[in-house]
Amino acid sequence: MPLTAEIKKDYIIKLAKEGKRVDGRKLDEFRDIKIETNVISKAEGSAKVTIGNTQVIAGIKMDLGDPYPDTPDSGVMTTAAEMIPMASPDFESGPPDEKAIELARVVDRGIRESEIIEVDKLCIIPSEKIWMVFIDIHIIDYDGNLFDAASLAALAALMKTKVPMERLTPMIEKLQDKYPEIKKYLKDHPKDFPIPLKEPPISCTSAKFDGVIVIDPSLDEEEIADARLTVATDKKGDIRAMQKGLNGSFTVDEVKKVIKVSVDNGKKIREQLYKSVGK
Amino acid sequence: MNKETREIVIPSQLLGDLKSKKAGRGTFIEDGKIYAEVLGVLNANSDYINVVPLKGRYDPIEGDFVIGIVIEAMSSSWLVDINAAYPALLHVNEVPWDVDFNETEKYLNMGDTVMAKILQVDQEKKLQITLKDRNLYKVKGGNIVNVEPSKVPRIIGKKASMISLIKKYTRCRIFVGQNGRIWIDGEEEGVKKVIDTIKKIEEESLSYGLTNKIKDLLEKDSKDVH
Amino acid sequence: MKSDIELLKNGKRLDGRKPDELRQIKIEAGVLHRAEGSCYLEWGGNKVLAAVYGPREAIPRHTQNPLRAVVKAKYNMAAFSVDDRKRPGPDRRSREISKVISEALENVILVEKYPRASIDVNIEVLDAEAGTRCAGLTAAAVALVDAGIPMRDIPVSCAAGKIEGKVVLDLGKEEDNFGEADLPIAISPRSGKILLLQMDGHLTHDEFDEALNLAINGCKTVSEIQKKAILEKYQKTGGK
Repeated sequence: MPLTAEIKKDYIIKLAKEGKRVDGRKLDEFRDIKIETNVISKAEGSAKVTIGNTQVIAGIKMDLGDPYPDTPDSGVMTTAAEMIPMASPDFESGPPDEKAIELARVVDRGIRESEIIEVDKLCIIPSEKIWMVFIDIHIIDYDGNLFDAASLAALAALMKTKVPMERLTPMIEKLQDKYPEIKKYLKDHPKDFPIPLKEPPISCTSAKFDGVIVIDPSLDEEEIADARLTVATDKKGDIRAMQKGLNGSFTVDEVKKVIKVSVDNGKKIREQLYKSVGK
Repeated sequence: MNKETREIVIPSQLLGDLKSKKAGRGTFIEDGKIYAEVLGVLNANSDYINVVPLKGRYDPIEGDFVIGIVIEAMSSSWLVDINAAYPALLHVNEVPWDVDFNETEKYLNMGDTVMAKILQVDQEKKLQITLKDRNLYKVKGGNIVNVEPSKVPRIIGKKASMISLIKKYTRCRIFVGQNGRIWIDGEEEGVKKVIDTIKKIEEESLSYGLTNKIKDLLEKDSKDVH
Repeated sequence: MKSDIELLKNGKRLDGRKPDELRQIKIEAGVLHRAEGSCYLEWGGNKVLAAVYGPREAIPRHTQNPLRAVVKAKYNMAAFSVDDRKRPGPDRRSREISKVISEALENVILVEKYPRASIDVNIEVLDAEAGTRCAGLTAAAVALVDAGIPMRDIPVSCAAGKIEGKVVLDLGKEEDNFGEADLPIAISPRSGKILLLQMDGHLTHDEFDEALNLAINGCKTVSEIQKKAILEKYQKTGGK
């Protein structure tokens, strides 16, 4: 369990009530964000995102698979997050705990429910073979706001992902006997091609402590927060996903304020994301 | 050796010979030769060869003043984190209050900060601290900053020259714990200046003439001095 | 495993290296903020991160040794580090590698200085290309120094092997998959003593001597790179 001195908590709250933060930021200001793509050569797509001192790596792997029975012509995506021990003295090794699971599921929903990956274009043989997309998030340095760092890393990685036709052609060719229509698929897709994507929503997380709300909480701010709200917004400013966490509460007004701040910051982050993937 | 900065040595580096020198802190002996055992600054000016570690947790020495954070209140003692490899024990006999059995929480609780002194380090590295001294107490207000314990001597300076300088130009109350925790209290601008200055010292801890450099920086920055 | 790949052609290996040539290695110390010591290392196509916490009181208490610190290294491969995605979580191979690395590191750390404590080393392979345990141990050693852990020496690791009858240094991916022997070792460079040794495949006694020699020399070269990386980080101003 993280141990923060009470006087440190008091100091953070004192400053916040005057609209200031320990690192000099405004209440509605993000820390410096750095996005690097194609950092892992074995992955089909990858990215490293740094927000302040928080560092996260996302890797995308793809493979052939069987479709789910209720979506026979769709590709499949799964998201996993690992909060590995190196990221914090409080992370233990072992299977993901509820925090890691919540993180993975929130990032997953943000991508899945906004239908960023055009899964209907990831079908190889209807009802038989589809593409599986594995999103793996590795937290390597924890200094607050894993939700946004992880989401952003996953998005940046996806935007550089190439469907690995070349690596998997031998496996696909083996299917020709059973499924002669594979020949056409191979002919239509001779090389690696970018994974079909739609415009991504950007997630912004705010934390509330002692009645004050700040965006992009640092580790110290997260440790004293009693409520947290993540809002993902798209290019138009519409809301695509939300998640409230911790056992405190928000007023309706506060929720609306957080949405506004998320839209504003989301815009800036989207610009930076597009620049870093070369759009 | 580069005269601009002190020399850094790494574990297993050969530093000297028992024939001409004695082995001090941060070194080990093998076959009559003296080697560095830790990443640190070489100090070979006297009869002894010492290596002062550049990094690592605080290594408690009896008599050191430290800043601790209470981890747990137990029936007749508290467990306190002092940024060492082990937590320290603070017994009810070692505080200035009259604490009854099981009443420890009335005086110190998890998250409270104390200025303490290392009372004892035994062979098993079990640590005890005390609050029974004129300048020791439970801390209220202010802010805490963490630095590498190895940088504390530079922040204090020879005969407290550096820390006095900082106090003078920032008008802040500052308490530097040997364990790398620094407590600061004062006007917001002053506190910010203290934190920035400490950061600068940390970054340039190896250079000579640092006190003068910092003095110049603080002077340039200040509007009103005395 | 047989294949139609020619691993050796005119004395040159697939990637153009000579038989006694190492892949390119890059080492950077102190790359993480929370960890007390850390190291990022690239070795050929390998990308490895190592981090150290400690010494700190070992918990649970039954893992404490009253006389010395316990060194626990944990080696893990990220899901995206290999061609076919690896399911997250330790498998038997990772656990064995963790064990032999822990034992190698324990040899040189001055563990008697920290009774009842644990020194935790986390090794993550982010991108894998043969020789990950050597890369991992080499990075872990730098992370330990970066954390200020007292040590007798800075251990270093390297592998040699045999491909198409020839003993070579530092196997690459195809060489590891289709070669005839693999010999990863770790040494304490100051004494030359062997801290880790594993071998699989087929070597005659002469071939073993040759491979061991190659690997030891490889280790010594890598050791210089480790030391340079540490000094580069701290020499000028004391680092941050």
